[in-house]
Amino acid sequence: MVAPLFSSKLLLVLLFGTLFGLVLGVLPGLGPTTGGALILPFTMTLDPLSAIILLTSIYCAGTYGGAITAVLINTPGTPAAAATCLDGYPLAQKGEAGRALGMATVSSTVGGIFSVIVLVFFAPILANLAYEFGQPEYFALAIFGLTMLASIGDGSPIKNLIAGAFGILISTVGKDFMTSIDRFTYGINELSVGIGFIPVVVGLFAISEMLTQSTLLDQVFKRVALKAVKLPTKDDYKKTWKTILRSSGIGSFIGVLPAEGGTVASLIGYSEAKRFSKNPEEFGKGSVEGIAGAEAANNAATGGAMVPTLALGIPGSATTAVILTGLIIHGVRPGPDLFKEQPEFLYGIFGAMLVANVLFFIFGFFGAKIFARITLVPNKILWPMIFAVSVCGTYSLSQSIIDVWIMLFFGVLGFFMRRYGFSVVPVIIGLILGELVEGTLRQSIVIFDGNWLMFLTRPIALTFFILSLIALAFPLIRSKKNKKII
Amino acid sequence: MNNVRDKKRANKSLPFFFRTEFKVFFAIILVSTILLISTFSFDTVPPILNRGIQPATFPKGLLVLIIGLTSIIYYLSFKKPWKKEKSLPKPFFLTILSFIIFIIISKTLDFFLAISVLSIFVSYYWGERRIFYLLLVSIIFPLVVFIFFEMILGLRFPPGIITNLYYY
Repeated sequence: MVAPLFSSKLLLVLLFGTLFGLVLGVLPGLGPTTGGALILPFTMTLDPLSAIILLTSIYCAGTYGGAITAVLINTPGTPAAAATCLDGYPLAQKGEAGRALGMATVSSTVGGIFSVIVLVFFAPILANLAYEFGQPEYFALAIFGLTMLASIGDGSPIKNLIAGAFGILISTVGKDFMTSIDRFTYGINELSVGIGFIPVVVGLFAISEMLTQSTLLDQVFKRVALKAVKLPTKDDYKKTWKTILRSSGIGSFIGVLPAEGGTVASLIGYSEAKRFSKNPEEFGKGSVEGIAGAEAANNAATGGAMVPTLALGIPGSATTAVILTGLIIHGVRPGPDLFKEQPEFLYGIFGAMLVANVLFFIFGFFGAKIFARITLVPNKILWPMIFAVSVCGTYSLSQSIIDVWIMLFFGVLGFFMRRYGFSVVPVIIGLILGELVEGTLRQSIVIFDGNWLMFLTRPIALTFFILSLIALAFPLIRSKKNKKII
Repeated sequence: MNNVRDKKRANKSLPFFFRTEFKVFFAIILVSTILLISTFSFDTVPPILNRGIQPATFPKGLLVLIIGLTSIIYYLSFKKPWKKEKSLPKPFFLTILSFIIFIIISKTLDFFLAISVLSIFVSYYWGERRIFYLLLVSIIFPLVVFIFFEMILGLRFPPGIITNLYYY
């Protein structure tokens, strides 16, 4: 599996991706999604395998990198590390920052490797199943993916659905791909080709975060000193091995479902670790089980999220939506045929993810202290630089200044969406699934000769529709318990 | 305790249209309605070319869904206690202003000049006063980015008063 990686170029790409991912993960506000979107234009100079290896290594390392800032400055570097703060920072405050980071590093690595194994075994099975899928089944599957955003996505279920529908609506801008009729173009020629994925992602993640940072300039981080990262002791392993395995399973499963990937996985991993713990009272006060539960789960979601991305072309998280775009830009069509026609390409990706998990363990273990220093770069210097790269990166893909303005528009929109409790991730998922949803719906209607009820005669499609209904009903049931639906 | 009382009082004394939920609801409904109306002006295709549904049908359905879901949120928000939003600080508005300046300069003068102006503007108003760092973010870094994109990626940037010095 790692044999295709034995080339100096690919190893270099993998090293760079892991280091870059760690830097992105450490910096609060950035992360693998934003970083992946920013680096996507640069991948145009690479061959497809190198490009996807770069993106996946950023994904794996970036997800882990968030834990370093979560433990040392009580600010998650990535949203997926939010649950790590709960016990990582209290443990660091007790003078055990090295132990906290050691546990985070080990559990992230185990979770990550576990999920790659899941990916290697389940992606081909899912791809084989996908041979049975026709247009109606793909439509039902895409609808199921979108409804899952409401069910297990982070935040309000209804707001997630609105954001998802908005994402699909964005995908309808431009010439209708079946009839070539302009939609929402308002006479602007540049909009005829539609709204690109990169301007929207960079806007919603990087530019909106820049605006968020402009409101937090008086925020002071309390930094905890770190001497060295320590490997967990025998006692720590005894305490946490079950938690790590459980969270790895939870994370991989959540990752496979199209939702917010690592963020949701880490929260569920953490709460399950607490539920099964013999010492639940220690949670929130510096429990190593809490750190292990959250970190194993969020890294396990990386491999899980790649399963539907590669097997079906349906992203499991926002970052895999960026990876999916990378695949499409480089002319690789994800789906069952990819497994049949280019297995060496897939083995390259699997191997790269495996090696990336080992690399971030080494870098994290020996270099966490150095990476933590990156957070010392002040926002007033960092963000203008990120802006420059965002603008040039967005411009470079189709060399259109309109794309830059679209990016700024989505930046402002993303800021207000977050301010009023709307997650931006469903917009990304909706945008990437939009063409699939509309295309398969219209083709299905042609197949069924306009008879919508024919959807119910297809067993696989019907199963997905029933699952979608369950996914929609689940938040209502859950809201009875915790009153959170809006 | 006082805080709770103030919140209750604020909730009662303020008309409904000052509530954050109403503002969000109003903005979404207004934009969605305008977009929905615009879908009626989309061209239609004759039945022989029409594959399944008309091009406007799918966006119409999405907009109706968005309006419906937003109405549900607004209805449910009545049950929630009123929460006063923190007002946005001055640097936020200055950053938005810098975006507008960026658009104007990039359209009329030069793309890279626009990046430099935005960088120095944002960095300064976010609190940076050291000349070296202001020069770093406004001149040195954009120059590095330009060279990187131009030489390594072979990208051609839009013409402008500064970019033309390089190209011609």
